[in-house]
Amino acid sequence: MHGKSGLVFIGLGINDEMDITVKGLDAARECGCLFSEFYTAALMGSTPERLEEMIGRPVISLTREDVESGDLILEKAKNERVGLLTAGDPMAATTHADLRLRAENEGIPTEVINGISILVAAPSALGLQHYKFGRTTTIPFVEQGYFPTSPYEALIKNFEAGLHTLVLLDIHSDEGRYLTADEAMKTLLLMEKKAGGNFFEEHPLICGLGRIGSDAAVIRCGDIHSLKEKDFGPPLHCIVIPGPLHYMEKEALKILGNTPEKLLDDY
Amino acid sequence: MGRKEDNIKKAQAIMHKPKYIRNIGIAAHIDHGKTTLSDNLIAGAGMMSEELAGKQLVLDYDEQEQARGITINAANASMVHEYGGEEYLINLIDTPGHVDFGGDVTRAMRAVDGAIIVTCAVEGVMPQTETVIRQALKERVRPVLFINKVDRLINELQLTPEQMQDRFVKIIAEVNKRITRMVPPELKKEWMVKVDDGSVAFGSAYHNWAINVPFMKRSGITFKDIYNYLNDGKQKELAKKAPIHKILLDMTIQHLPNPIDAQKIRIPQIWHGDLESKFGQSMMNCDERGHVALMVTKILLDPHAGEVAVGRLFSGKIARGQELYVIGMPGKARVQQVSLSVGADMIAVDEIIAGNIVSLTGVKNAIAGVTISDDPEVEPFEKITHYSEPVVTVAIEAKHMKDLPKLVEVLRSVAKADPSIQVEINQETGEHLMSGMGELHLEITLYRIVNEHGIEVNSSPPIVVYRESVEKQTPREFEGKSPNKHNKFYVVVEPLEEAVVEAIKSGEIDPDAKIKDVKAMMRTLQDLGLSKDEAKGIVMFKGPNVFLDMTKGIQYLHETMELCKQAFAEAMRLGPLANEKVMGVKVKLMDAKLHEDSIHRGPAQVIPAMRNGIYGAMCLANRVLMEPMQKVFIDVPQDFMGSVTREIQQRRGIIVDMSQEGELTRIEAKAPVSEMFGFASAIRSATAGRALWATENSGFERVPRELLDKIVAQIRERKGLKPEPYNAGYYEG
Ligand SMILES: Nc1nc2c(ncn2[C@@H]2O[C@H](COP(=O)(O)OP(=O)(O)O)[C@@H](O)[C@H]2O)c(=O)[nH]1
Repeated sequence: MHGKSGLVFIGLGINDEMDITVKGLDAARECGCLFSEFYTAALMGSTPERLEEMIGRPVISLTREDVESGDLILEKAKNERVGLLTAGDPMAATTHADLRLRAENEGIPTEVINGISILVAAPSALGLQHYKFGRTTTIPFVEQGYFPTSPYEALIKNFEAGLHTLVLLDIHSDEGRYLTADEAMKTLLLMEKKAGGNFFEEHPLICGLGRIGSDAAVIRCGDIHSLKEKDFGPPLHCIVIPGPLHYMEKEALKILGNTPEKLLDDY
Repeated sequence: MGRKEDNIKKAQAIMHKPKYIRNIGIAAHIDHGKTTLSDNLIAGAGMMSEELAGKQLVLDYDEQEQARGITINAANASMVHEYGGEEYLINLIDTPGHVDFGGDVTRAMRAVDGAIIVTCAVEGVMPQTETVIRQALKERVRPVLFINKVDRLINELQLTPEQMQDRFVKIIAEVNKRITRMVPPELKKEWMVKVDDGSVAFGSAYHNWAINVPFMKRSGITFKDIYNYLNDGKQKELAKKAPIHKILLDMTIQHLPNPIDAQKIRIPQIWHGDLESKFGQSMMNCDERGHVALMVTKILLDPHAGEVAVGRLFSGKIARGQELYVIGMPGKARVQQVSLSVGADMIAVDEIIAGNIVSLTGVKNAIAGVTISDDPEVEPFEKITHYSEPVVTVAIEAKHMKDLPKLVEVLRSVAKADPSIQVEINQETGEHLMSGMGELHLEITLYRIVNEHGIEVNSSPPIVVYRESVEKQTPREFEGKSPNKHNKFYVVVEPLEEAVVEAIKSGEIDPDAKIKDVKAMMRTLQDLGLSKDEAKGIVMFKGPNVFLDMTKGIQYLHETMELCKQAFAEAMRLGPLANEKVMGVKVKLMDAKLHEDSIHRGPAQVIPAMRNGIYGAMCLANRVLMEPMQKVFIDVPQDFMGSVTREIQQRRGIIVDMSQEGELTRIEAKAPVSEMFGFASAIRSATAGRALWATENSGFERVPRELLDKIVAQIRERKGLKPEPYNAGYYEG
């Protein structure tokens, strides 16, 4: 992107301020105005202050409403170069994709600088093949009047198509609430009950991941019924439900994920 | 021993023989003669001196009611009557005559097994006649018909005997049309009222006589004779030959069921537990040996005894000192006193068995509508549905600091005793809101708080409660977007069919109940005028509004339906114009686009999207504000007629009807409740106190265009909103 005005989406990666790419850091420093948004994904290993220090510029933190309405960002981007810093890869969140299209429609040039995303990091951590992942799904917090079973249905469809499923977990960063892997596993079992299925009876193997990309990362693979009682430590967490496994993948789950051998027999 | 005391003795004996008990109500359109009839029955049965009948108003014993001459609380009277050589106990439950207090009517129906429907021979079947018939049949209460004021047909209208008979035939046909519409097929034939078998009687409550065919056969009195008695001004003589209490109480015993027979038909309708269970059978058979099943139909506030729970005992027996549970409430309560009530007297007894109307003291948790039993696990009775619409609100606060806690307690118990009063307690500000059916209703309630409970209060002037609605169908589907823009709901709104609104108001459809039998509801809605496709889409009701899902096969929509329902309920509770409740609106979800990932279609996204869709669609359908209206009936000497019409017209009122009755002019008018505040003193001074008047709530009507903006702005400012409502563009987002 050349010229003075425009909107740059800059991915910060998955853990702390050190995950940003060199290109991303340069781009951020060139912006006249920097916003950050941490409700679609959060950067748990860092703080806004450390981020500002790293870039050497002030960063304005936006609320969900600000980003969803987009008006503030777009207005600014008409006159100067605006950077929007987001955790993970910027285009992983649909809201950002929408904002980018609106900007282009209004004649505002845009640019995307990729960041490391959990979509890539989770398969890598487990040694599972990236191309064998099906549709990613997300488990929301259980709320009054909202208990969807579509995440459960999605993982079954993936499995039947021979694919793994990455399950992301809801975050309400404004309230400091992050769905944990153990809670999510309980929710998955409730979804199974509501949907009247028996997937986890036949395929109890599940992988819970915490703080991937940090020194304190944890990976646990095992039976959903026992893992749902485990403490996965501070956020963020995610879950992987393996589909049918190649022998290389079985090996990887054994070595990297410490998976009990007998659980792998049926895969 | 006087006759009354003697009867009380007999009543205590008969109450142990359910076959000889009749629990009945009298129901009528206002002014058709219910009060006059009740008083004459009670006097005739020897429960008060005959000269006082019509003056003393035994049932209207509440001091306030007497002062104002209206019946507010459903009280009871027990009568002993001999028929065919046996003595019967007839419990007459008074149902309030003033629609301001409509909630009590439906509850009283739960207690009784039969009803005397009274219609005036001159006016015939009126809207409220229809309503009370419907209320009775919904509770499977069997009707008989009394055509009243027959004297007026001859003395005033001067009809010939043939014209008179024509008129009767017409009224009976009208009544039967309504009966057959509401009862199940197998009961239709039996429950229709018929001249020949004596389930229809004719007469004059005021002049104390009545006849029906069986009586005519027995006594040899013919229609022609009646005609002659009236023509010759010999009604007194007729009253001796054909005393009203005898004919009507005979009719009651003959045609209205005893509790044992009645409960077999009624229990399946009013109780949804397992009929084959022991408890179910005990109720079906009105068995005194079974578990206790008492439905509370009313709470009286007695200055001495405190709260008295009055209700119908359907199974088991209750003795003094017994421990009972109020179903759905924690803990148990000990019955302090069990009594039969005879007007203002409560006759304490040791125990009462199934089939009777019972008054209990000591059961603190009870409120009108609850079920009481000795087994905390029993299935409670079906909720008594009554769509009560408070139209006026006042803010109240205690004058003295020391009364603060007591006022809260009293307000709670007032709302318990009269479910058509709604209170909103605000502990923080100490300013509580009390809503009711009219200025008078609130005034009386305030009077009680001050005089009976001894709390001095400051109250605000009354504020009118409005409704919002729409004028037409939305011309196009309105798109409501979620904040994240990934979900869209396409909504159309339009005025809801009047018949559906009526069905909700009359309690035929309970808007708060979960729709258990969807197929049956679809049929009902189709009968009420919805198209087949619409009826198929029924999701829920909220007040007199419906939510229909017109979409087909949209993936994930079922997962967000609960949220759509929340949004609908919220939008109906707080309308887009002035945050008043919405009425008479049909909301149709036509299409939806949803994000695949459930995380992007949670409550924070779907609720605002759907709500904006509804609000926006309402904007396009021309929002209207509805104000509560009152009918005003005024009897006034002719000289003052001009002042009365002026007084009405100044209040945006219109004269609906005007008729002459001797010296008096009877004026029927209609005016907005908001304009009627202070009418009592205005009319008194305008007519030197010569006007007799009454009001009746008559639903909501559209606020005139030219006043709309002003009133909307007033309401919004009072609520701390910006004066102008938002437009469709705002909701497009
Ligand atoms: N002429 C005549 N007037 C009656 C008769 N019954 C009642 N009324 C009058 O009609 C009016 C209304 O009667 P009321 O019993 O108060 O009616 P309610 O509103 O149904 O309780 C009163 O003025 C009664 O005196 C009747 O049989 N003949």
